[in-house]
Amino acid sequence: MTAVEIAAAVRSGQRSARSVVDEHLDVIAGGDADIHAFNLVAAAQARARADEIDGAVAAGSDPGPLAGVPVALKDNLCTRGLATTCSSRILEGWAPPYDATVVEQLHNAGAVVVGKTNMDEFAMGSSTENSAFGPTRNPRDTSRVPGGSSGGSAAAVAAGFAPVALGSDTGGSIRQPAALCGVVGVKPTYGLVSRYGLVAFASSLDQIGPFTTTVADAAAVLDVIGGPDARDSTSISDSQPPVSDTLADGVDGLRVGVLAELSGNGIAPDVAARLQAAVGALESAGARVAEASVPAAVYGLSAYYLIAPAEASSNLARYDGVRYGLRVDGSSTPDMNTATRSAGFGDEVKRRIMIGTYALSAGYYDAYYGKAQKVRTLIINDFASVWEQFDLLVSPTSPTTAFSLGERTADPMAMYMSDVCTVPVNLTGQAAMSVPYGVGDDGLPVGVQIMAPALGEPVMFRAAAVLEASL
Amino acid sequence: MRPHPGNVGHAATPARETDNWGGTIRFGMGQQRITRAECAHVAALARLELTDEELDRFTGQLDELLDHVAEVEALDLEALPPTMHALPIANLLRPDTPGEVLDRDEVMAQAPFAEDGQFRVPPVLGEAP
Repeated sequence: MTAVEIAAAVRSGQRSARSVVDEHLDVIAGGDADIHAFNLVAAAQARARADEIDGAVAAGSDPGPLAGVPVALKDNLCTRGLATTCSSRILEGWAPPYDATVVEQLHNAGAVVVGKTNMDEFAMGSSTENSAFGPTRNPRDTSRVPGGSSGGSAAAVAAGFAPVALGSDTGGSIRQPAALCGVVGVKPTYGLVSRYGLVAFASSLDQIGPFTTTVADAAAVLDVIGGPDARDSTSISDSQPPVSDTLADGVDGLRVGVLAELSGNGIAPDVAARLQAAVGALESAGARVAEASVPAAVYGLSAYYLIAPAEASSNLARYDGVRYGLRVDGSSTPDMNTATRSAGFGDEVKRRIMIGTYALSAGYYDAYYGKAQKVRTLIINDFASVWEQFDLLVSPTSPTTAFSLGERTADPMAMYMSDVCTVPVNLTGQAAMSVPYGVGDDGLPVGVQIMAPALGEPVMFRAAAVLEASL
Repeated sequence: MRPHPGNVGHAATPARETDNWGGTIRFGMGQQRITRAECAHVAALARLELTDEELDRFTGQLDELLDHVAEVEALDLEALPPTMHALPIANLLRPDTPGEVLDRDEVMAQAPFAEDGQFRVPPVLGEAP
């Protein structure tokens, strides 16, 4: 059952939330030993919440648009009293004293949190292999990675553990695992969804979004979690129209650009073939398709791998062994800080902190961080000219289908290249999503990325719905 | 070299093996962009202690990344302003009125060591009293 179907059945009293939740907890118990999508399964809490929702329905009140829908949360979303680890040793033993805004919104909409999902440590990675608790495996082929960094969330939805999961996307961490696991994944416009309670990686890039099996489910979740929040000063202050309302409006007359810089060089032929098929489907539905060019997009990866680590090096300074999480003793506070951080962070987090510290340090700031910020402007300007000619852009989400576990762990540059199609949109703040569109030569899922200008979600979802229906 | 903000004065600055990037020394292709000593210095600024093996490995990996991102050097960016943030927002204010606050006991309960409602840490300067 999809999330929309579950909510309809629970709200109308046809099904109990408890039976829905029990069923999903059974699937998790039977399957997660092989997948390791979850860091924590909150079975008792989920059952109690389901009973509450059933009580509300019995009493004649409406529990909300996601009534009884099981939801898995990436383990960097704060849940009051429930361990939140970011898949890092350094947050060992920490239970946040508050809920993230999105967690409150889901709760108020009647959703049921079933657990916290595995991720690359502090969301730094593209395969979920950088987790202190071991990798997640791709439910479509357990010898492959699920992508990352929200690999646990993508795998949870792909494996049927939950119809909805939330992830965070700083450079592709929702879209790329969605593509590799064959599910829908949305990176909303920066500022559309509150970041309050999302453990910060790179604050000017981070955005929370949903994983689902259908486009309609993603729209339903986005309509719940989008909107202004006084607790996030970077949230957009105006409410947006519900995406669900215009989902079926089609793409007749829309101008769609195939983003040349992200669709040619380095894209596996079988992935490129699926993009061509998607373009054909949009054309058949009445869209006018042409090639689009954003020349500066090729510099996205370079700008991203300076800006994101720079922001991370500052954000992760808070893990010092004083206020929460791990502490490793030292004879002085600086020694304690160093001992704690050295023991608590994994290799990739250390590498990124060091890149960022270097890029921000005196003498290098202008050459690296300053330059990256100007490249960011260049990319924004290039996209702005393209939006004068196009309503939407498309590209592959990932250059390849899911790669094998261990294939790229020894070579950070090869891992970073996995993000080449997804990072430009984080730098610009625009909306983007990945829609599953068939399989590659290896039988593994291929995702098509749809990009829209800021707050272009309604149009983006219309195209996603057309692609989904054409399969 | 100015210490990184927030990491003031805890590590001695090692002798630099190169001039500042963007200064007088220009590296050619294939030359090292970051040395082992610089890598060790950066780790110290970030309060990370690396083993010899980690230092060797990270120096090579950081060097490879810096070599890749050097592609932006070819771009003429002089006339462009930097982008810190994708949204055009500045000085967003809220009413200065007390709102909901976190429960103090709940917050302090998360600390590795707390005493009398305060975080307890080893000596910050000099000897313990």
